[in-house]
Amino acid sequence: MGILNYKFENSNVLITSLDSLLNWARLSSLWQMQFGLACCAIEMMAASASNFDIMRFGVIPRATPRQTDVMIVAGTVTLKMASRIKRLYDQMSEPRYVLSMGSCSNCGGPYWEHGYHVLKGVDRVIPVDVYVPGCPPRPEALLEGIMKLQEKVRSESLAKKTVTK
Amino acid sequence: MLTEFGKILIFLILGALFVAGGMIAAWLLRPHRPYPGKLATYECGEEPIGNAWVRFNVRFYVIALVFLIFEVEVVFLFPWALVYRQLGLFAFVEMAVFLLILIVGYVYVWVKGDLDWDKPKPEIPVIRRPSPQETMVNAGTLS
Amino acid sequence: MSPQEIHDNLKAKFGDAILEAKLDALQPWIRVDDHRIKEICLFLHDEPTFQFDYLMCLSGIDYNNGTLGAVYHLSSMSHKHKIVLKATCPKDNPRIQSVSSVWGTANWHEREAYDMYGIVFDEHPDLRRILCPDDYPGFPLRKDFKVPEFYNGMKVPY
Repeated sequence: MGILNYKFENSNVLITSLDSLLNWARLSSLWQMQFGLACCAIEMMAASASNFDIMRFGVIPRATPRQTDVMIVAGTVTLKMASRIKRLYDQMSEPRYVLSMGSCSNCGGPYWEHGYHVLKGVDRVIPVDVYVPGCPPRPEALLEGIMKLQEKVRSESLAKKTVTK
Repeated sequence: MLTEFGKILIFLILGALFVAGGMIAAWLLRPHRPYPGKLATYECGEEPIGNAWVRFNVRFYVIALVFLIFEVEVVFLFPWALVYRQLGLFAFVEMAVFLLILIVGYVYVWVKGDLDWDKPKPEIPVIRRPSPQETMVNAGTLS
Repeated sequence: MSPQEIHDNLKAKFGDAILEAKLDALQPWIRVDDHRIKEICLFLHDEPTFQFDYLMCLSGIDYNNGTLGAVYHLSSMSHKHKIVLKATCPKDNPRIQSVSSVWGTANWHEREAYDMYGIVFDEHPDLRRILCPDDYPGFPLRKDFKVPEFYNGMKVPY
């Protein structure tokens, strides 16, 4: 019911140890919703293959948004696809994160100037947590993106955030 | 001081507590923010059209029914086979009569066509022109 | 068969439907009347000496002088010759006969030409947009196309 979420004013030892347990569990099993749209999908597949092996980070590809934690948007986002991305992001259960992979989903990529059907950056429809630059980014860059996301998950807390941003 | 069944009861209670404890802990800790977009039916990102419950073919039901009947027959055959030696000729004749009644039903089901599985008939499109091989033979470019 | 022979045969059969030709270009092309292109293509497809059974590509063009056009790249797998046909139409009423009953690949290629240029193909079995969404305003590859500011709440330009 989310009874314990964000209900504590300041964190004490109990909350921090619970936090670290919960965050460790969440970051070690970030199941991804594979959203390979274009060429970056090939690099995402290469990252899932044996040489770079994203599964050792706990990142397993699932096809449905209901069972996933992170959506890796890899490739050019067209306007036609953007409404589907929004709907699928809505159907993911919390806590959910978005990793934007490649230039096209970061900012429109090579189609920024003349693209009539390209969404210039997937952050125009969904909130993005980590941006991985590259065209396409190497698999090691994607792995670093996953690690940055893990750092972000490690810093979350059940306590209320006293510093508002 | 505890009977054997009592030990199993303890085991069951502890198992249930273990599962319930995990589920209650998850219920306390997980975020719960439902809104209509999240609760919508999943249809690969599209607007969901139609009912989520689809009708499937009735031949699955017929096959399952026939299977169940003959499965129960086999269940009766197993213990009879184990004690067949001690029971003698009478048991053999009795089981033969039982099987005969069921075989009559089997033949009926077979002849009536309930065991047939309709295969789909693909529609082969008619091509307007001769195949490339024929044209190449006619043109003399392929011998 | 050389392009000159193809052009002569077509001229002999169809006469005034063959408008102009440029046979010394890198890809020799013949411009035809856009209301009779279907029977020309049917003839090119069925006649045993031509046998153009492969429509390699069908693309649209905006000539930037008030006319749109469609370009057909044909080739024959048995006789191994190629030719390019062109058909033009005015921009305010762009209609060309569809050749999707002659070659099956023309179905989707004509849908793409409609989607990008707005060329309406008569007697096409299923003419609707294929790449852009169905409610996209305008035809993108025309020279006077302006990128829409917003589409379904999303800002389109950079």
